[in-house]
Amino acid sequence: MSAEPRLVEVRKNVLKQNDVIARALRERFRQAGVLVVSLVSSPGSGKTAFLEKTLTLLQPRYRVAALVGDLATENDAARLARSHAPVKQIITGTVCHLEAAMVQNAVDGWDLKHLDFLFIENVGNLVCPSSYDLGEDLRFVLLSVTEGEDKPLKYPTIFNSADVAVITKSDLAAAVEFDEAAARRNVQAVRPGMDVFKLSAKSGEGMDKYLEFLERRAMRPALFRHDLSQDGARAPESLVDASQREGSAQKTTSRA
Amino acid sequence: MHELSIAMSIVDMAQQEAERRGGVQVHAVHLRLGLLSGVVKEALLSSYEMACHATPLEGSQLLIEEIPVEVFCPKCGVARLVRSIQWFCCPECATPTPTVIRGKELEVVALEIQE
Repeated sequence: MSAEPRLVEVRKNVLKQNDVIARALRERFRQAGVLVVSLVSSPGSGKTAFLEKTLTLLQPRYRVAALVGDLATENDAARLARSHAPVKQIITGTVCHLEAAMVQNAVDGWDLKHLDFLFIENVGNLVCPSSYDLGEDLRFVLLSVTEGEDKPLKYPTIFNSADVAVITKSDLAAAVEFDEAAARRNVQAVRPGMDVFKLSAKSGEGMDKYLEFLERRAMRPALFRHDLSQDGARAPESLVDASQREGSAQKTTSRA
Repeated sequence: MHELSIAMSIVDMAQQEAERRGGVQVHAVHLRLGLLSGVVKEALLSSYEMACHATPLEGSQLLIEEIPVEVFCPKCGVARLVRSIQWFCCPECATPTPTVIRGKELEVVALEIQE
């Protein structure tokens, strides 16, 4: 006769494998001094246009590159290649989100020290990407004016997991009677203190403010580089707020 | 829909643990699931059944403990449960707070096994 069933404690994070790779990537990015920004949004909210404009505007002064996730096509990479920045497509097949291992494979062989900014465009999806840390410093969630002001309330998890909200297609705001105050209120409800930028990649409106923000943030990896060259030690914990996605909530407070 | 791949990871984990313990039979997997984990309970439960199919875990149960979202209220100085994940603020004093203490869990905490 076998014994009665018994309960044994295990305690294992289901996404541990992803988190371990993401942490290693984050450390690698930090040591190389590259600021890594990921973009999430629903399909069609303008991630690729926003990224193309960002790459084009940063390109004259910085070394930039992008990874683009897509279920099946290489169309986005082709569009982004017009910016003349190095772009690599990650075709996810049936997977509805990027995982840290896909990013790791994509940057395999890249000398990240030669980059100032690396952008990672996730698959258009406001649900699945929220669970997966990619090792990024900042996660941007995009919301186009044509989608409606209540997107943050409908997808609070992904908005809460992001660091910055970007309202895109501002050139269409009047045509669709976009209520900007309501949109900002909804963002703040699900993620108090989150930075919000409203812009149009098409007209260029609002791009300057957002680029200034990016450049300011890019100064921080430079600090890490300095710290590392001093004594080879890790940067002090107080400076690595952006490297701990578990503590993402605290990031905002420390940045404010 | 990423619940299936997550369910498959859970089954893999439980299977490895069962093998490590000398090939014990797993009756149930206990999981803590935060409301902010990005994983939907119902979708995970049905995916789990599929993921168990033709594995030693076939017929086992996934028992989910849902973890509510707890935030730190800087004004009250204590942890509080939010009333809704559409409103990250202290339920007592309404102070907005982004500091999440609990609610992102996605972890296997225990197995019910039979030697």
